[in-house]
Amino acid sequence: MAQEVLAALAGNVWKVSVEVGDTVEEDDELFVVEALKMEIPVYSPCDGSVSEIRVKKGDKVEEDDVMAVID
Amino acid sequence: MAIFEHMGVFAMTPGMGVMWLISVTLMYLAIHRKYEPLLLLPIGFGILLANLPLTNLMDPGEGLIWRFYHYGIEWEIIPPVIFLGLGALTDFGPLLSQPRLIFLGAAAQAGVYITFFVATSVGFTLEEAATIGIIGGADGPTTIFLAAKLAPHLLGACAVAAYSYMALVPIIQPPIMRLLTTENERKIKMKKGRKISAREKQIFPVVASVVIILLVPASAPLIAMFMLGNLFRESKVVERLTDTAQNSLMNIVTIFLSISIGATMSAENFLRKEVIFIFSLGLVAFMIGTATGVILAKFMNLFTSDKINPLVGGAGVSAVPMAARVVQKMGMEADKNNHLLMFAMGPNIAGVIGTVIAAGIFLTLLG
Repeated sequence: MAQEVLAALAGNVWKVSVEVGDTVEEDDELFVVEALKMEIPVYSPCDGSVSEIRVKKGDKVEEDDVMAVID
Repeated sequence: MAIFEHMGVFAMTPGMGVMWLISVTLMYLAIHRKYEPLLLLPIGFGILLANLPLTNLMDPGEGLIWRFYHYGIEWEIIPPVIFLGLGALTDFGPLLSQPRLIFLGAAAQAGVYITFFVATSVGFTLEEAATIGIIGGADGPTTIFLAAKLAPHLLGACAVAAYSYMALVPIIQPPIMRLLTTENERKIKMKKGRKISAREKQIFPVVASVVIILLVPASAPLIAMFMLGNLFRESKVVERLTDTAQNSLMNIVTIFLSISIGATMSAENFLRKEVIFIFSLGLVAFMIGTATGVILAKFMNLFTSDKINPLVGGAGVSAVPMAARVVQKMGMEADKNNHLLMFAMGPNIAGVIGTVIAAGIFLTLLG
């Protein structure tokens, strides 16, 4: 079942830690979002493989934007 | 050999030597520890200048830095200009989407008032006590604004105390917040507030100006400039002005502000036993503010099903955005998917406004 990874808060994408096709486990770091000069990691909500990445480094994200999809 | 009488080196006093050490320490902390470098570096240098003998830099009517101080700070120009920039940098969204969190910003002002009473009881005048209490708001420009009006002789010490404690927020606050909360409370995930429209954000600074200035007219210089800056930002039609207020203008006035503050700290002004009291009472004010914010959040939780993570209360002291960052960090330590940053920005901004109102009340009663 596909699960979307949502941005927990608004900020800039500081780092994309995975690539499409990567196998990830729950709580693996997927992204680092920068907000108010803090680097905040975004973790995988489940085990699976990364089927889609919708942001790249430097992108602005708003709260609840879909950042990636895990299958 | 008249030339020797005009050489500063023979007019040095031991107190000046002590001030040199303080100056070098602040410059060191700014450069190597990055403690508020934009402020503490020029302040540190200003302290050094103020303690070089026979320079006349701070002589009333003629000294270069005295002019910066007189026209910038005594004339109350620079702190309001800084507030223009802060307004242009502030997003009221988090505060408007969770209006109940405003109370946490108000609660943290308890530190200001409690310290005011403590300071009067240990022998400070009412004016001095108000200036020391306001350090607990952890808001530099407000502290300077109030000190210049009520107790100019304490300005240097109070400003340095306020900026030092702001830099030390990540060290001072967490133990207090940890002591007052349980692991489970720190794990509380808060429900998102509603989205705030662009129109609401445009109306807010106008309405807030009218309401706050009608209630506490003495807060007008700071509130007016803050809200004007915010209106620039939210109007989205004067991006050049917003950008100037946020960046170049703020940087320019920061230079004159900080060097002037440093230069008020001459040995005879600063090396007095009162200064130790100022630093310790300021710290107490700041710690009480942190605690009352957290305690009020816990109290509010007794009456609501939509729980507040009490850590957010710690952001009620101003210190934007350092206090909110501390909340985010502690929330994530309890549960790594718990993001409190934006919730904490609400009380954090409310704390700024709350400190300005507290200063306005002091000015009304004592000014």
